[in-house]
Amino acid sequence: MTEPGSVAAERSWPLWEVFVRARRGLSHVHVGSLHAPDATMALRNARDVYTRRQEGVSIWVVEAASITASSPAEKDSFFDPAADKVYRHPTFYDVPEDVEYL
Amino acid sequence: MPSPGRAVDDAVPQGDALAAAYLLGLADDAMVYAQRLGEWLTNAPQIEEDMALANISLDLIGQARGLYPRVGELDGTGRGEDDYAMLRDERGWCNVHLVEQERGDFAFEVARLLWFSASRIELLAAGSADRVLDGVMAKAYKEARYHLDHAVQWTLRLGDGTEESHRRMQTALVAVAPYVDELFDDDPVSAAAYAEGIGPLPSETREVAERTVQRIVAEATLTMPGASPWRSRGGRAGIHSRPMGSLLAEMQHLARSHPGATW
Repeated sequence: MTEPGSVAAERSWPLWEVFVRARRGLSHVHVGSLHAPDATMALRNARDVYTRRQEGVSIWVVEAASITASSPAEKDSFFDPAADKVYRHPTFYDVPEDVEYL
Repeated sequence: MPSPGRAVDDAVPQGDALAAAYLLGLADDAMVYAQRLGEWLTNAPQIEEDMALANISLDLIGQARGLYPRVGELDGTGRGEDDYAMLRDERGWCNVHLVEQERGDFAFEVARLLWFSASRIELLAAGSADRVLDGVMAKAYKEARYHLDHAVQWTLRLGDGTEESHRRMQTALVAVAPYVDELFDDDPVSAAAYAEGIGPLPSETREVAERTVQRIVAEATLTMPGASPWRSRGGRAGIHSRPMGSLLAEMQHLARSHPGATW
């Protein structure tokens, strides 16, 4: 831990990732990140930074350190193998015209 | 208790003029505090806090903008928002002294915002016989709840934070204390407006507002300051403290140097 009052302590507010749901029925979408001393303040900061133009009806904040993310270095082994597996796509069905989000 | 100083020894206005005078006080509190809060842009501890205080400032400007044209309607001058905000001299302003004080450290702002929103929220909750004021109150009440929450969150964190933040927050409560009584003064205009159903009696809003502040101060491991040896008075009557002059000079400089300028 850094000493309270030091420049390092001032800058050591953890990073939070912000997810906003634009309206009912949609899912929360990542919109950005911010610094805050704790979760309660992170939620309030998110409200002020990311929803001032009525962008959302619900906000989630997650401490960035709690997110386990895939590494860009693993991109080849993680994602490329899926490229030639066309049979995994549901393209062999007839989709009725009225169904929008399939 | 001696009555608050009055700039002009006129009789209390009646009818529409009374409503105008009362609305002007509420609008001026918002306008002047918005100017002070705006000074935090680029000066707050974190950029996120710049945004938070600027948002509160914009809410308050919105409240003032909603009220000034109505004041112009009621006082018969037909003046608009710019006339009131940008072209009025110090003696014409009716805001309390709390909002015009110079920006202190962040703890001072938190203490000021705590008292300001705790008292304003009670004024706004009362509703008004004036339809425009009633509409502004309904909108502003939601905003004030957020402003109060923001002040509460920071009071708790600074009070119950490090030794230094605790010391600063306690110092801030003491620094703000002399300006608190004025928030709840039954000045002649507010008292007359109360009789007409235009607004609540300030003194009657004190108990709830004070209880809110006391509860938060205790939870933040701070103590309510004792009685101040002096108290501010006279803001509602146009008598202001030293910082008001330079605040107006900065706020009104552009509008007065370039009359009617647009972009």
